[in-house]
Amino acid sequence: MTRTLLALVVGGALALPAFTSIQAAHAAGAGVEAKMNYCQDCHGPAGQGFHGFYPIPRLAGQQPDYIKNQLQAFIQHRRTNNIMFNVAHSLQPSVIDALANRFSHFNPRPLSPGSRRLAEAGRKIFENGMPEANIAACAACHGPEAKGHGEIPRLAGQLPDYVFNKLMNWSKERGQNPSLPDTSLIMEPVAHSLNQAQAQAVAAYVSSLR
Amino acid sequence: MVNTKAQSKNRVKRKLSLRTSAVTMAFACWTVMFSGSAQADSPAVRNCTWCHGSSAEGYTPAPRLAGQRPGYLQQQIVDFKAHTRDNPASTQYMWGAAAYLDPRTAYDLAAYFAALPPIPAADGRADLVALGESIYQRGMPEENIVACVACHGPNAQGVGAIPRLGGLAYTYLKRRMKEWAIGYHATARHPMPSVARKLSSAQIDALASYLSFVR
Repeated sequence: MTRTLLALVVGGALALPAFTSIQAAHAAGAGVEAKMNYCQDCHGPAGQGFHGFYPIPRLAGQQPDYIKNQLQAFIQHRRTNNIMFNVAHSLQPSVIDALANRFSHFNPRPLSPGSRRLAEAGRKIFENGMPEANIAACAACHGPEAKGHGEIPRLAGQLPDYVFNKLMNWSKERGQNPSLPDTSLIMEPVAHSLNQAQAQAVAAYVSSLR
Repeated sequence: MVNTKAQSKNRVKRKLSLRTSAVTMAFACWTVMFSGSAQADSPAVRNCTWCHGSSAEGYTPAPRLAGQRPGYLQQQIVDFKAHTRDNPASTQYMWGAAAYLDPRTAYDLAAYFAALPPIPAADGRADLVALGESIYQRGMPEENIVACVACHGPNAQGVGAIPRLGGLAYTYLKRRMKEWAIGYHATARHPMPSVARKLSSAQIDALASYLSFVR
């Protein structure tokens, strides 16, 4: 028994240098911690998003499958974004899984909740849709609390200007690779049917949800 | 006798009205000096331009203020007063200079300098511009260096409290990036301390060179 323990300890000590050299290689930039820190530089320490020159989206509490699908979308030219195209290329699949998992557990307060007056109008659209304008209830897919599911993103606490920009530019950014149709097709008719005021209202509502 | 009494009364009245008008004048001057909108020849502006240049074009080590984002300028004054912006030039010059600026004057000064035309210093190393532009616009994902463009904008124009970097002096840009990395101004908003720590000296040199030419 003691001999087995001793062998384990000695074996462990011998394996340690090899292990630390792998760690060192990861720490050089490709490891989860380094990449996590890299994401946080733009998306915020708690993944709450950031108002840069462009609104940088909240990743906190986001659906892991959504994050994975979007990173793939940048690489496959399904979604256009010059910055994220480069970023996505630097992430190994195992690192992507770990990052998506980490961000899904963050739960900071919404960064910039939209105005209450707008949010009330947005709530009605979110919960009931507008059948006369061919707009389905957002809650039907994104869930009653806008937490999302699978590849359908969480919207709760998202930056309102980010949501608004995405809705207004849907067909210029998403579904850009005709040979690889994706889930962005589901949103296309809805995004087209929403006018500016309605998109602003919905954005204000979801951005205030916790 | 009656006449002289009336005359002396009149004299008193005149004296009083003179005194009131003097007070009014003084108040008017004070208003112009300290709470009116800033003018090129106002004392508050001149206190800045002694160091920052008569057109606020910058003069080593004082950065160009012309064309800077007003939100950024106001935030810096707040940080100088609170002693949270603590790099050497700030503690030496700006803590004292900003100590007695009230928020209204800070607002006026920021608006005044923001409206002046920003002329690029264009004093960086021309051979490093291509590398600097690449880091600025695309980042270096393999080294976990984010693209500056995401926050500072495609022409390095800045927005809100995020500063315009385009056309600032090469030495100023270089020094500030190094100071961020050392840990000065650490209480400032995320993410510059973290971003700057990842930049090598050569990368800082390239970024500062590129930015000095951006208009």
